[in-house]
Amino acid sequence: MAAPSVVVVGAGQGGTETAAALRSRGFSGRITLIGAEDALPYQRPPLSKGYLTGSTPADELPLRPRSFFEAQDVELITGTPVTAIDPGDRRITLAGDGGRRVRLRYDHLVLATGARPRVLPVPGASLSGVHTLRDLRDAVALRAELRPGAHLLVVGGGFVGLELASTARLLGLEVTVVESGARVMGRSVSAALAEHLADRHRAHGTRVMTRRELVALHGDDTGRVRVAELDGAERVRADVVVMGVGVLPRTELAADADLPVGDGVLVNATLRTADPAVHAIGDCARFPSPYAGRPLRLESVQNASDQARCVAAAICGTPEPYTAVPWFWTEQCGLRVQLAGITAGHDRTVVSGDVASGRFSVFCFTGERLVGTESVNRPADHMITRRLLAERTASALPGPAEVCRPGFDLKEYQRVRSAG
Amino acid sequence: MPKITYRSPDGTDTVVDVASPCTVMRGAKLHNIDGIEAQCGGSAQCGTCHVYVDDANTLPLPPMHEVEDDVLYGTASPRRETSRLSCQLPVTDAMDGLLVHLPEAQS
Repeated sequence: MAAPSVVVVGAGQGGTETAAALRSRGFSGRITLIGAEDALPYQRPPLSKGYLTGSTPADELPLRPRSFFEAQDVELITGTPVTAIDPGDRRITLAGDGGRRVRLRYDHLVLATGARPRVLPVPGASLSGVHTLRDLRDAVALRAELRPGAHLLVVGGGFVGLELASTARLLGLEVTVVESGARVMGRSVSAALAEHLADRHRAHGTRVMTRRELVALHGDDTGRVRVAELDGAERVRADVVVMGVGVLPRTELAADADLPVGDGVLVNATLRTADPAVHAIGDCARFPSPYAGRPLRLESVQNASDQARCVAAAICGTPEPYTAVPWFWTEQCGLRVQLAGITAGHDRTVVSGDVASGRFSVFCFTGERLVGTESVNRPADHMITRRLLAERTASALPGPAEVCRPGFDLKEYQRVRSAG
Repeated sequence: MPKITYRSPDGTDTVVDVASPCTVMRGAKLHNIDGIEAQCGGSAQCGTCHVYVDDANTLPLPPMHEVEDDVLYGTASPRRETSRLSCQLPVTDAMDGLLVHLPEAQS
């Protein structure tokens, strides 16, 4: 019997790591990795940071060099959208050259289609100078407009928006962040961390406005954005606008193939869709998380990479539930911010360390149980929390009373545990 | 070009030429050496490019900074005296012949 063939749709972090992980496991069948973008598969995190300042040159963005795909016998097809899946026939359809349609057979299909940025449907959203920041193409276009002295309006105070605000200040722009929620990073972090970050951005010279709505963007007679109109008729100068208001998972291919979707392609604990030949991973997949106790969708490098390895194992005949500890990182205003665990829904926090000097961790609890840690310039707290959460037993974790104790130190806690 | 040897837990050696500027981590990624994940891409955030420098090493290596030291508290395989994050080891000509041991697990 010939070795099975794998088609991976989406050549981002998840898709590329799937191909690599399959070969690492000794998978000998055909692997086809298909990306809609022209570029060699690349890392996204620098696009809001080092790529814009120039500290990460473009040639450091690729996840792997072209020679990697040749050496690993991975057929990489770039600049080519997949237009349809036919699960009955186990074939996908590609948009070929000159409008020609190409069909490709698979034994296993991995959907790693990622997500697209949301755009607020306000008047003026299509003016020139209004950007989103997701793909390399977005970053190239934005980089050309980030000139010192220009006024940047960032709509949305989430990860991408705040990273960009920090970067733009380094580049000498005047920056305003408009966030509709009560605080920045509202969906992702504790109030304590959100307030600290907002303060740091203000100290960096960024105007941070919360509970404010963008109502409209107004351009000049060349069609270029100049002014943003907020609720209450306030007008803010805006030479460049970036909408950082979240993403929508790319689920169309799955939905059109009658695979169940709902804010993500729905998969089981081994990342399989309703069709046993089809898996979905990364930003586009909604999976049952043992850390959240419910299905969720995560947008992170960690999740895409670990799910890639999980799905490679399943394709190689050894499926295991996906149980990797979720973690995230962001760099803003010189702060190294690392998040471990799923903290949404926590009802109690204990802050450990020195907030004033910007070296602290926020331990987040649901009831008595530690659900995650947010660390600012405290990498050991982050790393140890990841190890403790991975044990997935309450007995591994320090309780709130313990963390509250004066002089509590997670390194010491771990040392005592390991010794015992 | 400096040669770096990556020894997997089963004792298999992979020797690669690593052109500088490049880190020991990136050298492994470029050659798909199994056992280096480097999820964060080299910013000392993730601890998944952990290596053990060979006990007998006498080649000069850069000193360990506090962040690297802290990250090494949470590696998936046990930390040892010789533990380093390979993303924090820029390859220089003086490191020609370096031997690093890959841990059992990175994540």
